[in-house]
Amino acid sequence: MTSSPSARPLEATPGPYFGDFGGRFVPEALIAALDDLTAAWEELRVDPDYLAEMDQLHRTYTGRPSPITEVPRFAAHGAEGVRILLKREDLNHTGSHKINNVLGQALLTRKIGKKRVIAETGAGQHGVATATAAALLGLECTVYMGAEDVQRQALNVARMRLLGTEVIPVTTGSRTLKDAINEAFRDWVTNVETTNYVFGTAAGPHPFPAMVRDLQRIIGDEARAQVLDLTGALPDAVLACVGGGSNAIGIFNAFLDDDVRLIGLEAAGDGVETGRHASSITGGDPGVLHGARTFVLQDDDGQTRESHSISAGLDYPGVGPEHSWLSQLGRAEYQPVTDAEAMEAFRVLCRTEGIIPAIESAHALAGALRLSRELGAAGVPSGHEPVLLVNLSGRGDKDVETAAKWFDMLPQHESENLSEEGADV
Amino acid sequence: MSRSAAAIEARAGDGTAALVGYLPVGFPDVETSVRAARTLVDAGADVIELGLPYSDPGMDGEVIQHAVQTALDTGTRTADVLRAVEQVAETGAAVLVMTYFNPVHRYGVDRFARDLAAAGGAGLITPDLIPDEAGEWISAAEEHDLDRVFLVAPSSTDERLAMTARACRGFVYAASTMGVTGARASVDGAAQELVARTRAADDRHHVCVGLGVSTGGQAAEIAGYADGVIVGSAFVRALAGAAGDTEAGLRELHSLAAEIAAGAHSGGTEGEAR
Repeated sequence: MTSSPSARPLEATPGPYFGDFGGRFVPEALIAALDDLTAAWEELRVDPDYLAEMDQLHRTYTGRPSPITEVPRFAAHGAEGVRILLKREDLNHTGSHKINNVLGQALLTRKIGKKRVIAETGAGQHGVATATAAALLGLECTVYMGAEDVQRQALNVARMRLLGTEVIPVTTGSRTLKDAINEAFRDWVTNVETTNYVFGTAAGPHPFPAMVRDLQRIIGDEARAQVLDLTGALPDAVLACVGGGSNAIGIFNAFLDDDVRLIGLEAAGDGVETGRHASSITGGDPGVLHGARTFVLQDDDGQTRESHSISAGLDYPGVGPEHSWLSQLGRAEYQPVTDAEAMEAFRVLCRTEGIIPAIESAHALAGALRLSRELGAAGVPSGHEPVLLVNLSGRGDKDVETAAKWFDMLPQHESENLSEEGADV
Repeated sequence: MSRSAAAIEARAGDGTAALVGYLPVGFPDVETSVRAARTLVDAGADVIELGLPYSDPGMDGEVIQHAVQTALDTGTRTADVLRAVEQVAETGAAVLVMTYFNPVHRYGVDRFARDLAAAGGAGLITPDLIPDEAGEWISAAEEHDLDRVFLVAPSSTDERLAMTARACRGFVYAASTMGVTGARASVDGAAQELVARTRAADDRHHVCVGLGVSTGGQAAEIAGYADGVIVGSAFVRALAGAAGDTEAGLRELHSLAAEIAAGAHSGGTEGEAR
């Protein structure tokens, strides 16, 4: 089952296994639905009508192609002679890359004749994207969200409700994304005849990791062509944040068989060594969580450990199985970025380029500054300006309150107007 | 020889159905959970399922989920479960462990099988491990002479029913309804059809019905068409019923288990069990 590093092509590996990772560790009751989804996706992913409809939605609704933006003033905080380009998924409708995946799965839902979608959400971005697609296509929609995250991301809860979606706060377990996924699976197993589960990341049981990857690959395809067009060459490195890992796998996939460094930045919270982090690959072990064998934060008995990150979107104790495989192969590198490092990169991008990134994406930005300095210290060869492509997966509107508290930018009387539990930093 | 199959066979020989009772280890504490499992045996349960608490019990409803969280919060470990198996197996009942896969994966599949067999356990029920993914566990079970109970569901195709039944040893667990664990007012009519379809796919195994069973009447009804009745949430709720009063909880559990056992052992309301 294990693939060797030399096995090519690596791109578009079909699943259900990525080397030792992946699979379908779910109750038998869900197997028929997963088989149906797999078959429908195999058909749809090459169906000209479906592809034309997706293309039309991307162009006229999502706002694709998203541009790439060179950020020289930001890059100046790294090393001289290193260029940094941002793939602007933050400019998509609903504010992040999540819409790419959700539109694809929502159209799939209609195709398989189901009228209701459910989803889980952490920071709220996947929930908002699903609520948006449900409104657009006339589907009934329920979103499960950890009660802790409902508090942290009140604005996104309101957005989902405005879009006609029912938001159910989940009060079990750690009351975060992991528990929202459990609750969504329970709903699905009960209502699978009428309901499709629009999974938010490239994790979970097959076919979700491969399907979500395929739907997010548009990021990588566009960025690859745009960088070639701008610089005449492929980038030296592609960097993206990794929670579940859908934005990262989407951009990585288009470069997997190229000579390009791929770097996933995991949320290290207070630092991997403190135990308070969400770095599943750097600080976890192989296990089974939410239907797939992958790297998991767990204790000696295999109980899932709580993850910690300033970013609700990365605050997840597992990771997509394809990332586990790419790490095992050595094809992609996974590095931890602490809350403090991410917030410093967040601050720098705001001040130097007038772009407020999602805190998730700020982890990738921090990785780019770090790599730039490493390249600078090693000595940039003359005649070659290294190009770092960073996936700016989302915008920071949802994170303004968290960031303002982090930087202590709100006077006391203004701060009191914010909910007491508004931003758990 | 499969110990759970033997226990079910003993009832089938009388034309009645076996009672398979579930309780999670560590709820409300490890010692009480062992006493509770022994109470089930006293009340007439033929096979005991001891739940290994897991942090993400995706197939369980509110009652079991809450009990399992309590067990984890009070520090229940995998080692406690293996000790509980030993203590309950002393009664002579067939004792299976019911667990999600990750704790077994983490413990080491072969090591877990070895230690479970050494503790006198009969085998494992794995709600999130389908035979397609279970190669390592099936080999270990063969090696250590353990039962492996996989689930079938109303949504399973005939091909999957046959494949799953072939992979089972002990019995086949028929999930009566599409959904999670939890007592229900009536057991879904899909259960009878599922049992018939499972037998048609592979007739070498006993088929037991679980999910939603909570009364003697339901047990008697299921005994009319299945080889065993599996009860979990209703027992957990009974045990929890007398909050803080352990002895009262155990009495309530005994009374409910005796009622359900009587139903299962009645031979059914709709004719003989197989």
